[in-house]
Amino acid sequence: MIKNFDFDVIIGSLPFLWKGLQVSFYLTFLALIGGILFGTLLALMRISNFKFLQYFSMTYVNFLRSMPLILVIFWFFFLIPLIIGRPIGGFYSAVIAFTMFEAAYYSEIIRAGLLSVSSNQVAAARATGLSYSQSMIYIILPQAFRNMIPVLLTQAVILFQDTSLVYVVSLRDFMTASSIVAQSQSRLVEMYLFAALIYFLICFTFSFMIKRIQNRKVVQ
Amino acid sequence: MNYNWNWSVLFEQQYFDWIISGTLWTIYLSLAASVIAFFLGSLIGILRTLDNKILNFIGTTYVEIFRNIPLLVQMFIWYFVFPELVPKEFGNWLKQDLPNPEFSSALFCLGTYTASRVAEQVRSGINSVSTGVGSAGYATGLTTYQLYIYILLPIGYRIIIPPLTSEFLTIFKNSSLALTIGLLELTARSNMIMDWTFQGFEAFTAATVIYVSVTMIVTLIMQRVEKQTQIPGFIRQKT
Repeated sequence: MIKNFDFDVIIGSLPFLWKGLQVSFYLTFLALIGGILFGTLLALMRISNFKFLQYFSMTYVNFLRSMPLILVIFWFFFLIPLIIGRPIGGFYSAVIAFTMFEAAYYSEIIRAGLLSVSSNQVAAARATGLSYSQSMIYIILPQAFRNMIPVLLTQAVILFQDTSLVYVVSLRDFMTASSIVAQSQSRLVEMYLFAALIYFLICFTFSFMIKRIQNRKVVQ
Repeated sequence: MNYNWNWSVLFEQQYFDWIISGTLWTIYLSLAASVIAFFLGSLIGILRTLDNKILNFIGTTYVEIFRNIPLLVQMFIWYFVFPELVPKEFGNWLKQDLPNPEFSSALFCLGTYTASRVAEQVRSGINSVSTGVGSAGYATGLTTYQLYIYILLPIGYRIIIPPLTSEFLTIFKNSSLALTIGLLELTARSNMIMDWTFQGFEAFTAATVIYVSVTMIVTLIMQRVEKQTQIPGFIRQKT
């Protein structure tokens, strides 16, 4: 089998694949920022004292978490042009879909992080005269985020893997690019094994680094 | 927003049948893959808890490989690449004679992928049983095999029912990836209805309602199972 392995097809398509990989990274980066911001908002709603906000956040999170990501992608690619009135392009539709989807997962991580900060801290912050939002922004969230960093990063690796699903809407990320080369050159074995190898190297390296951060935290 | 609502499209014979058959494929695939994931995952998880460097290494390698490659890539490897890598006759049989190759590829893909996640749960379940229990088991003269079968696994599994439930629900959601290799499961069917009728809202709503309801039903059942199997004196884990 390995005799027929055509490395030239991989080398020849490297510039094209690199473009795809950049799209994957950029999409991951934007969805990560968006997901954490919106996820923080959802988590704050969930622990707030307003029943309406609590229920809204709870329903949103449970709903999104029981749906497959591909269905969420289909939903947003269908809904966004309908709501905005014009198409905004595949990339930004994907950014919105991933942000909305990941926010549900991030909010659960962030909520756990917020709850890990002792409630005495809120009381102490309020006693020094800080308002609720000030005590959240300056006292609770910074501590919560420090506790959450490894979990947030692990979720980022999962997000990076998930971005390969934009294949279903033909957005040219690394996965779609590999598949385009594979189909057009009829070199499916080489291209899909190569894609697997690249994804593995990236994700494994990141997971390894996250483990080191985690271990360092334990020592402190 | 300009949209022509037409909910009745869902109840036209053809599209209604599509939704039903899509739902059934999704359920078959999830159930069958869960069985593979449970047994293979338990095996790998046990390997990682044994006192043997080589077996530990095999278990760890398995988990790292399957967890660090996107599921979609794994799906394509099972479907497009695997038949090319095995001996020729077997490969030809896979491509030509195997009934419903999309289903079996998706089944092995989801089963082996989820096994790597189940393995982590099983390992943490076994490790969470206090070491004193293991020593006590050895002291009464049990072999390692007996210790796992009669003591560590029965306790470990009951501890990890909540995370195992969410793994099952993950398979259920991940089964939608089978549409990329042409299995007409629920998400694929709803997208087809959208393509044929342009009633995307209705089609996706139907799929969403089915996914959410099955998730809710499974969660409720498993909460009861968890209560039933709870070991007195153990703190119940929260999901």
